Amino acid sequence: MKNCDCDAATLAQYLDGELPSDQANRMQEHIGDCPHCAAEVSVLVSMKRSLHAANRHFTPSAEFRRKIQQQASRPRSKWKPRLVWAFAMLAVIFAFSVVWLARPRRVDPFSEVADLHVSALASPNPVDVVSTDRHTVKPWFQGRIPFSFNIPELVGTEFALLGGRVVYVNQQPGAQLIFMVRQHAISVLIYQEPSGFSGALTDGNVERHNAFNVAAWKVQNLRFMVIGDADAAEIRKLAQMMRRANE
Amino acid sequence: MDPEFFEQLAMPLFDSLYNLAHWLTGDRIDAEDLVQETYAKALKGFRSFQEGTNLRAWMFRILRNTFLTSRTGLMARNTLSLEEEAEEAEIRSAHAITPESVLLQSENQQIVLDALGALPVHYREIILLCEVEEMSYREIAEVLSLPIGTVMSRLSRARNSLRDMLATRPPARATI
Repeated sequence: MKNCDCDAATLAQYLDGELPSDQANRMQEHIGDCPHCAAEVSVLVSMKRSLHAANRHFTPSAEFRRKIQQQASRPRSKWKPRLVWAFAMLAVIFAFSVVWLARPRRVDPFSEVADLHVSALASPNPVDVVSTDRHTVKPWFQGRIPFSFNIPELVGTEFALLGGRVVYVNQQPGAQLIFMVRQHAISVLIYQEPSGFSGALTDGNVERHNAFNVAAWKVQNLRFMVIGDADAAEIRKLAQMMRRANE
Repeated sequence: MDPEFFEQLAMPLFDSLYNLAHWLTGDRIDAEDLVQETYAKALKGFRSFQEGTNLRAWMFRILRNTFLTSRTGLMARNTLSLEEEAEEAEIRSAHAITPESVLLQSENQQIVLDALGALPVHYREIILLCEVEEMSYREIAEVLSLPIGTVMSRLSRARNSLRDMLATRPPARATI
């Protein structure tokens, strides 16, 4: 029968490798001397060995493994594209806002020109050089604006030159000529415009903006605008004359 | 930790977790549900997982706690609390059985595994963690959220219980 005070729990700890090394050494010696403990150990060892078969006793199906694999890899496959999408959306919103902010500047030339036309009409001195003679008006602008232009011959037409003045468009000096036709004042604005600046203005056609008829075109970097409340036909005619004179 | 590392760290534990889940639930479908829930919870909590701590113990603890709150787990837990009380008396009787009578049985893998499957769930899990996963007592304590002393006493009771079952079987091959 039992001739030592070892209990099964200590023997199991020894086999589990959980005894401190000095105790384990003593236990090893003891098992060599004690048939009771040796028998106990052989049972525990054979149980341990058999229990090892419980490892991988149940194996998951390949399908289930794929399912979990997918679940475990979700952060990469799901969040990265979402993040990319979020950045793409932000970029689009940014691009739109830039376009939106830039837009008013592009339509500005027209409203600025319309303002100039109206303010000239409202002024008691609409022109700085009062002359119906194109040979007086044109030289007057020399040294006042950094470019030159021609005024068409008006004799025999319904148009009469009233005069001209220096105006500022886009912070640059330009010329405003005022013509009269049947009591309607028509402004012709001539100013320098950087290339690609005013895509909003269609070339040559007469358009209606705020009850004004407007014709606009560009010769190199000179922007011409004819604006007034006269008929579209009259605006077009004056525009054509101006255009021919400056080709 | 970054969830990006989750797959490469957690997938190597997949087979072990599934094996334990199947041993605990005794059923393929329940085991799959348990493992799936374990991975979902682990992935969710992965940011709070401290790098350098024991991921295996952490995942096993999630699986084990998930099991205990599941339907089968609750049933198993209720039966155990009664059992643990009556345990102390049984330990003594286990020693009355001579090792020789158990030895023959313990060498038969199938009989041992049948006995393991019939053990109360708290004994079954601690034996699986110790013998199959070969975890240290410290790791087992972490998984089961128990003090090491309790791990040792419960492991000892579990082994005695398994031994008892082997001893009370007829030496012939089990027919169950």
